[in-house]
Amino acid sequence: MRDVAVIGTGMTKFGELWGRSIKDIFVEAAERAIEDAGVDHVDSLYVGSMSPGLFVGQEHLGAVMADYLGVNPIPATRVESACASGGAAFRQAFLEVASGASDIVLAGGVEKMTDGADVIDVLATAADQEYEVYHGITFPGLYALIAKAHMHQYGTTREQLAAVAVKNHRNGAKNPNAQFRSEVTLEQVMGSTMVADPLRLLDCSPVSDGAAAVVVASLDVAKKLNKSFARVIASAQASDTIALHSRQSLTTLNAVVNAAQKAYKMANIKPADINLVEVHDCFTIAEIVVSEDLGFFEKGKGGEAAAQGLTSIDCGRIPFNTSGGLKAKGHPVGATGIAQIIEVYEQLTAKAGSRQVKNARRGMAQNMGGSGASCVIHILEAQ
Amino acid sequence: MVGIVGYGAYLPRYRIKAEVIARQWGADPEAVTRGLQLYEKTVPGQDEDTITISVEATKNALRRAQIDPKEIGAVYIGSESHPYAVKPSATILIDALGIGPHVHVASYEFACKAGTEAMYVAYSHVKSGEMNYALGVGADTSQGAPGDALEYSASAGGAAFIMGRDKVVAEILHTHSYTSDTPDFWRREGEDYPRHGGRFTGDPAYFKHIMGAATALLEKARMSPKDFRFAVFHMPNGKFPMEVGKRLGFTKEQIETGWLVPWMGNTYSGSSPTALTAVLDVARPGDLIFMVSFGSGAGSDGFIFRVTDEIKNVQDRAPRVRQMLEEKKIYLNYGEYAKFRRKIKLNE
Repeated sequence: MRDVAVIGTGMTKFGELWGRSIKDIFVEAAERAIEDAGVDHVDSLYVGSMSPGLFVGQEHLGAVMADYLGVNPIPATRVESACASGGAAFRQAFLEVASGASDIVLAGGVEKMTDGADVIDVLATAADQEYEVYHGITFPGLYALIAKAHMHQYGTTREQLAAVAVKNHRNGAKNPNAQFRSEVTLEQVMGSTMVADPLRLLDCSPVSDGAAAVVVASLDVAKKLNKSFARVIASAQASDTIALHSRQSLTTLNAVVNAAQKAYKMANIKPADINLVEVHDCFTIAEIVVSEDLGFFEKGKGGEAAAQGLTSIDCGRIPFNTSGGLKAKGHPVGATGIAQIIEVYEQLTAKAGSRQVKNARRGMAQNMGGSGASCVIHILEAQ
Repeated sequence: MVGIVGYGAYLPRYRIKAEVIARQWGADPEAVTRGLQLYEKTVPGQDEDTITISVEATKNALRRAQIDPKEIGAVYIGSESHPYAVKPSATILIDALGIGPHVHVASYEFACKAGTEAMYVAYSHVKSGEMNYALGVGADTSQGAPGDALEYSASAGGAAFIMGRDKVVAEILHTHSYTSDTPDFWRREGEDYPRHGGRFTGDPAYFKHIMGAATALLEKARMSPKDFRFAVFHMPNGKFPMEVGKRLGFTKEQIETGWLVPWMGNTYSGSSPTALTAVLDVARPGDLIFMVSFGSGAGSDGFIFRVTDEIKNVQDRAPRVRQMLEEKKIYLNYGEYAKFRRKIKLNE
């Protein structure tokens, strides 16, 4: 396989973008990425999106976006893997360039969630309709089960969950594209409205609109452009049972463990070689479990690590979610995986401003769908 | 001089506390009262509706105006809960109060601003010289779906204003309206309860339209917030009117006289009109009053009033709205409330 690099990025601000359509925001992000990359064409287009049909009544998103972006007749395909759609779209772009089939590919992600659809119902389509949703459970409920099991098994506390939200809001406050740019306190998180015990409102990522796009190219093309780029040194994906109850353990996400093992092997590195991680903190408990399953902390110690500040930007051992994560940056589901790649790219090219991690050489992006039934992991390295 | 010659409000005696509704649905009562600044709301009695509320409010307006009802040339009732889908509300009112039959009547609907529409058109008739008196009423027994956030606020009440040119108690100096197609809240034909766009009802709807009308009105009048003793804004909850006032540069002290909503709820078409009566109840000659309504869908009507010497003569002629709000209350439990609001299906 050929070496592949991220050569340009673009995204909209995440949030309630009521004045603009799904097409508007995707085109804005894609145009910015193409302009940033400085290329005069792309060979193909992947659009990560979870459920545009249910959110805004529009399917066939590859063709729609190619049309409005004005890049016809190149191939354009929508990629769907629930909340991991963005990561999966990026992986398809990576594979297409790595295989030699294309030299320059645009990978974008988009979701328009605040235009009036019943968001809870739409998101629940990523769970098992017959065996989970039928009984009335929704994602906050599923992650609450994971949280309860983690608390029971490892003594993880309510305060430790809250520490994740406090840290991510602190980071998000420094991110101009974040939906929430305000800090929160432990007391505010623990006193916020109960959603699904033990998860409260400020443990949950918000409902968001947003789009993000990156241009990937062969290393040869990247070098010729004479611009800063980041090399993709690992791309891995894994799957697990769709239903939470089918798993041996509620507190280990096997898709994360398996995708991480493949990624480390492909990059030939260990967790200790990574300088920052963007993880899929759809709920605070997810960041804790994932931080363990990626091998950064011993199983059961993720909560403690968060509470001790080991995952914060400055005093931390390994900064998690410098962008603010899904919690503060926002979670337009299809765009999330691409936005994670953008944060890692900005950190590795020293463009992260006040969020900058010093001497960032390697960064990881971990994106997952449902209650962890799919997981996509990428590792990028500074040039 | 054209303006208000008589005004009156009416609020039902029944109340339900927000915490009772919150507990019914497993919500955190403190989060509701703190977040929305709503403590209790009025509930219409079993024999009350928009028409009876309009009649009571108009009786109080007639007591203050002391005019012959026959002299009223137009009657407009603004409401989103007219008892009949087809049949005017005002025909019942005119016959009950001895107005007409030589009178023009109409029912208005524009979510929460139908009341100020009625006031605006009534004022325009008098100003044009077409008639000596015209009546504008805003009243509602508003609907909130069980368990919906609206259930904490949707209440009942109204206010009536007789516009005229003799013995004016509050002269209308300027008006301005601001309207756009913004579907933040709606109820389709045949549906029992309205639907709403959640947070979309805030910035792009309530705040944009009130600020749009208010800013243009201040410019038109060449006035600034500090010129006014009182300010009245539509009150969907306790928080919004204070917030929009702050954004425009009004103080809490200017707004709180008409700020009935924490204990009255949102009387929809009767919301800002009822607040205006609370202000007129205590106003002194020379006071300037700034008022902007809001109706979903969406639009705002703005008025600037100057209180005259006549105000002292009329304030005591009918009950004041704060008195109706604070005295003789009867609290309902959720079961009684559900019965009163006809939320219980009977085998009829």
